Amino acid sequence: MIEGAVWRKWVFYNIPLILFVFVLLFPFYWMIITTFRPDGELYRPWNAANYQPFWTNNPTLDHVLYLFEETSFGRWMLNTMFIAAVSTVISLICGVFAGYALARLNFPFAGGLGTVIFVTYLVPQTLLFIPLAEIIRNFQLGDTPWALILTYPTFLIPFCTWLMMGYFKAIPKELEECARIDGASRWKAMVYIILPVAVPGILSAGIFAFTLSWNEFIYALVFLSSPDQKTVPVGVTSELIRGDVFFWGPLMAGALLGSIPVAIVYSFFVEHYVSGLTGSVKG
Amino acid sequence: MALVSIRSVNKVYDGNVHAVKDVSLEIRDKEFMVFVGPSGCGKTTTLRMVAGLESITSGDIVIGDTVVNQLPPMDRDIAMVFQNYALYPHMSVFHNMAFGLKMRKFEKPEIDKRVRDAAAILGIETLLDRKPRQLSGGQRQRVALGRAIVRHPQVFLFDEPLSNLDAKLRVQMRVELKKLHERLGTTAIYVTHDQVEAMTLGDRVVVMKDGIVQQVGEPLELYNTPANKFVAGFIGSPAMNFADVTLAESGGRLWAEAQGLRIGLPDPIARRANGRNGAHATLGIRPEDIHLASPTDADDLCFEAEVEVIEQLGSEIVLDTRVGRSAFVASVDPSLRMKVHDRLKLAMNPARLHLFDAGSEAAI
Ligand SMILES: Nc1ncnc2c1ncn2[C@@H]1O[C@H](COP(=O)(O)OP(=O)(O)OP(=O)(O)O)[C@@H](O)[C@H]1O
Ligand SMILES: [Mg+2]
Repeated sequence: MIEGAVWRKWVFYNIPLILFVFVLLFPFYWMIITTFRPDGELYRPWNAANYQPFWTNNPTLDHVLYLFEETSFGRWMLNTMFIAAVSTVISLICGVFAGYALARLNFPFAGGLGTVIFVTYLVPQTLLFIPLAEIIRNFQLGDTPWALILTYPTFLIPFCTWLMMGYFKAIPKELEECARIDGASRWKAMVYIILPVAVPGILSAGIFAFTLSWNEFIYALVFLSSPDQKTVPVGVTSELIRGDVFFWGPLMAGALLGSIPVAIVYSFFVEHYVSGLTGSVKG
Repeated sequence: MALVSIRSVNKVYDGNVHAVKDVSLEIRDKEFMVFVGPSGCGKTTTLRMVAGLESITSGDIVIGDTVVNQLPPMDRDIAMVFQNYALYPHMSVFHNMAFGLKMRKFEKPEIDKRVRDAAAILGIETLLDRKPRQLSGGQRQRVALGRAIVRHPQVFLFDEPLSNLDAKLRVQMRVELKKLHERLGTTAIYVTHDQVEAMTLGDRVVVMKDGIVQQVGEPLELYNTPANKFVAGFIGSPAMNFADVTLAESGGRLWAEAQGLRIGLPDPIARRANGRNGAHATLGIRPEDIHLASPTDADDLCFEAEVEVIEQLGSEIVLDTRVGRSAFVASVDPSLRMKVHDRLKLAMNPARLHLFDAGSEAAI
């Protein structure tokens, strides 16, 4: 970068960056501070003499304990993890194959089909849950994890397909042609050459799919009803907001703990994930 | 080892781009055949049809004694080197080279031996554990070659394999390719748009333009007796000079005339151009066949030219000159001294004059 005047660097680079980081991180900070703040401080009016919104001197684990003792938070975590993992795996498998087919097999209407698949991703869930609820009821899957495992792919598969299609298109087709001349069938060329090269793309799709299903709210709210079946986003909001009473401490504790697995998945794959977004494939 | 025979092959893309038009060629066993031509002339398409990567719209392709039209690439016993190398980025050099053998279910020791032999031939033994991204362009090129030769295929196909290398490396790899071919003796088809590569590498050269084969022949044959104006201009560097002339008979001889130019055509050409009195034609002469006129040069082969640009190359001087409305490039003795705007008397080598029909551009 060519260095301009110092003020220029601050105005166009440092200050926007600081603002951006602040806006991104402040909610997390708020979550953490609220989790460990005792109730007495939480519900203190803002004009009280010792009002101290950004810090606490008496950290407590009460809210976390409440979460595990008074609610089924542990169950919710397990449910969410199971549902997110299984629907991600299903969607990835379908998405990888569909993406490959759309990118590489020259069948009639491949282009049109790709667009149609993308359009299904754009149908809002707030509309789609109504007919889906009917289907779930007919199959008597309501209030089971399978209700979500089977409905999440409705938006995850188009998403993964589209992402993988773009990724496969960016891989030089000579790579595959060379493999086929080398004696590989189309299937083997895909398994030995294309899929390994596409690992960063597959990881990106997987992480996004996992996060999307982890955070999903509407389907989980509609299709699950008994407290033991709920997922974290639904469980936390439905069990810790009673009428107009917000249990802020446990709510925030739930949100904090609920975001940990996603954070772990992210950091675990971050190397591949980042290279998946920025790295290019060269022959 | 095998011959490759391409019989009246056509390729039409998407129903409208006619990329290859009625190409017929015989590539002999052990021959190094080069396809050369300007960009978009259908060289790659022809090669890919031989490889089986592109379907054939009509015609037959025969490798050895099998018609391979319907055979998938893997069953054609060919190896191909791509312009961008197409190395498998996630595999080490060893596994890149071994992949084809593994797919064909060779035994481990045999794979090992073949890969090491090929690596020794190409001088890449020390690179076997590296990944492609850790290699330089020239090394990648060698790996791509190695991957082709380990399989001992019947035919090698090369699609501009040297075009991503810098000029010096390209010359070096060219020599190595030539040696490699001498050593292995495998039939090879080599695509390039560089006529120097074509001339130096090819046992025979195919010149293509707009999907049509213009001429097939040994490099010197193309150089000495080009079949048409396109081949004449494409082969040789600097390119052949062309002048639009009118043929005129006088004094029992045939003359090629243009503004500032009156060349008496030597006998063989004059005989072939018999009956074209008054016709338009294109006179062709290579820069190396023009020299500074000396008293021994016959007057009817000389012309006066004004020097416009002087390029001193050390081994020769390339002069850009102007004669009336035509431009002539001459490459002359480097010891001569001259200045821009000098008027020189130049002479043509009569044995190396070419004459082309003005309409069809075919050689007369
Ligand atoms: N997949 C394709 N679909 C449609 N037209 C194509 C396709 N591939 C090539 N063509 C056309 O066919 C013609 C020949 O292309 P080809 O790639 O064989 O040229 P080339 O001689 O290899 O040129 P270059 O030296 O630039 O590589 C070109 O006009 C090109 O636009
Ligand atoms: Mg080409």
